[in-house]
Amino acid sequence: MAEKILMKGNEAIAISAIRNGVDGYFGYPITPQSEVMETLMKEKPWETTGMVVLQAESETSSINMVYGGAGCGKKVMTSSSSPGVSLMCEGLSYIAGSELPCVVVDVMRGGPGLGTIQPSQSDYNQIVKGSGHGDFHNIVIAPASAQDMYDFLDWGFELAFKYRNPVVILSDGIIGQMMEKVELRPVKPRRTREEIIRDCPWAVTGKPASRQRNIITSLSLDADVQEEFNRKLQRKYAAIEENEVKYDVYMTGDAEYLFVAFGCSSRICEAVVDILRSEGIKAGLLRPITLYPFPYKEIGGLAAGMKSIMSIELNLGQMVDDVRLAVNGACPVGFYGRQGGNIYTPEEIVEQFKKFNNLV
Amino acid sequence: MKEEIIIAGFGGQGVLSMGKILAYSAIMQDMEVTWMPSYGPEMRGGTANVCVIISDRKIGSPIVTRYDTAIVLNQQSLDKFEHSVKPGGTLIYDPSGISDHPTRKDINIYRINAIDVAAKLGNSKVYNMGVLGGFLKVKPIVSLENVEKGLAKSIPSRYSDLIALNREAITEGMSSIEEINII
Amino acid sequence: MTIEDIKKPENLVYRKPSLLTDNVMHYCPGCSHGTVHKIIAEVIEEMGIQEDTIGICPVGCSVFAYNYIDIDWQEAAHGRAPALATATKRLNPDKYVFTYQGDGDLASIGTAEIIHACSRGENIAVIFINNGIYGMTGGQMAPTTLIGMKTATTPYGRDPKLNGFPLVIADMIAQLDGTAYITRQSVHTAAAVRKTRNAIRKAFEYSSKGIGLSFVEVVSTCNSGWKMTPVQANKWMTENMFAKYPVGDIKDILK
Repeated sequence: MAEKILMKGNEAIAISAIRNGVDGYFGYPITPQSEVMETLMKEKPWETTGMVVLQAESETSSINMVYGGAGCGKKVMTSSSSPGVSLMCEGLSYIAGSELPCVVVDVMRGGPGLGTIQPSQSDYNQIVKGSGHGDFHNIVIAPASAQDMYDFLDWGFELAFKYRNPVVILSDGIIGQMMEKVELRPVKPRRTREEIIRDCPWAVTGKPASRQRNIITSLSLDADVQEEFNRKLQRKYAAIEENEVKYDVYMTGDAEYLFVAFGCSSRICEAVVDILRSEGIKAGLLRPITLYPFPYKEIGGLAAGMKSIMSIELNLGQMVDDVRLAVNGACPVGFYGRQGGNIYTPEEIVEQFKKFNNLV
Repeated sequence: MKEEIIIAGFGGQGVLSMGKILAYSAIMQDMEVTWMPSYGPEMRGGTANVCVIISDRKIGSPIVTRYDTAIVLNQQSLDKFEHSVKPGGTLIYDPSGISDHPTRKDINIYRINAIDVAAKLGNSKVYNMGVLGGFLKVKPIVSLENVEKGLAKSIPSRYSDLIALNREAITEGMSSIEEINII
Repeated sequence: MTIEDIKKPENLVYRKPSLLTDNVMHYCPGCSHGTVHKIIAEVIEEMGIQEDTIGICPVGCSVFAYNYIDIDWQEAAHGRAPALATATKRLNPDKYVFTYQGDGDLASIGTAEIIHACSRGENIAVIFINNGIYGMTGGQMAPTTLIGMKTATTPYGRDPKLNGFPLVIADMIAQLDGTAYITRQSVHTAAAVRKTRNAIRKAFEYSSKGIGLSFVEVVSTCNSGWKMTPVQANKWMTENMFAKYPVGDIKDILK
């Protein structure tokens, strides 16, 4: 039987990185995710797997270290929280523009500005819609448990290398700080130099006489070349949207009311559905696991049979815009959110649900 | 089975590690757990609390506001959480330093003088294990065998010689807990 | 002597380094970049480390350095080359990793990155082209612009009350324990080119010794930005730039 360990979501990220053959982690301390680097430093993976762990001078520098490591075809990652991730947006744009794989973990806290160190989901727009200049997308996956943190890191690298695109694990202070049971999966060794050269022929691994030099850059001053590059990116995103949408549903079979929530909010909404079901109200939940690509079709498909849909987020209304696009007027769309580190209780959401649906 | 527990007290009373040992013991019993602390500046020297949920099924919301059991180790925590205990639920408190005692009549109330337990064993650090013993006496949701395994998992190996002392504190706590109000 | 005689290999006195590509350089006539590129290509060729070298190029005039030297390159964001090189070297400790950066890139927007790469003692070589101006964006003030020097953003000359003082970066980082070799050179005469070649070779060699960061500043001209002929620019550099940025070794921990 696989070993089961009680650990924080942040610790799960670190342990998963070591066990899944990650080559390098570059980070900067920020609450509520500092346990990621602390755990890595305590585990000393450079003595076992040879993984590099480095505390950078800033988030700007850590993401650019990730950019440099990714250019070598290495499995590299960083983690941070909202204000730190703001600083990483420059690097994310370069990484996307150079078509490099990497994983960034954002353990969200509240903003804007210095905000609060308490949990929040208010980086949805920053990570799903933006995170830097130019026409690009991060692939965004949203864990809801410590086990997800462990598993999504490896899945994130799989997606990152499959599409040569940055992947952001959009987590939050609850998932990062909460301890749960984590089942350790079989160990994956780090790739050898030969494997990297074979799998990443584009990487800067040192130019032998036998091939052209490899250049990692996002620069092209020729308008047509730049446009064609952007069209190529869009074709890649279309393939991602076609193939990689992932979501989970809870009690949607006969549901008349639907909740849409991701990450920690989806767990809270499971309790909401249970309470409403115990009162005879047929509620269900859809949890987007990939936020980009977003499950537009799946929500749109469910919307036709619903009396209403509510988006529940620890922000004041970000993902709800995507829910509205998905629903496209098929039924009323409501929203409830909390901010500042306040976390809604299931009972509070039930009350808001009843108010929105005139069931009081 | 689902048990939602809040453990609250001063930083330094071992609130978080007690929650961790309890959670680990439950894992050893093949149950699902969540351990959700308050974190940040409020932890520095002030009050600390952790919500532990133990269940034989997958745990949905890790955030609850009503608890099956509240374990409170200072006045602030008693004031804050006495009224969060579900009717019919359980409140365990340490009477030292308490001037306003719990008053609810619709819950089971116990008290444990864990400072005495720690003093008897000559090590103030096992205070929290005395409290845990008291809890396990009234809510035997995990077997002592699994608690011992949970202890071994939670305590760094360099302190493994302290496991026996911790176990003793748990046993001592079990015999020290007193009933105050039983419904 | 016929043309055929002259072309005989034994009569060869100079050839383009084999690692310099045939791409026509975009640099202005008289610019120092071309000379420094040639030196780097020569050094890599001489040391036989083409397959073991990874270059990190900057944002600035030398943004296209990857078009001219036949090695693997990665293009950094403005100022961030030392951060990239840190990861590249730590993940590939057997490689020679160097950054090539201008004064706006290294001494302004990338100050944090260079200082901390130095402070950590990263085993990389840094080639720093200091011409006292932003070339690519059209001749604006750089941190290294001299007092009184006219640029697009100091049209009346750099005034310390308005614009502060020139940053003498090589002397600053020489104070840091993580640096192994710091030198300041130029490429305006054949003799200077030879010295710079030796310095760059030493920097590459030191970067494989695990003794810390090596840094070669090349005091350079930007005749377009300075609005001078190449000859005037060289003269102006020796008379003015060298006063603030004197050439010579600043630190060598193996000496």
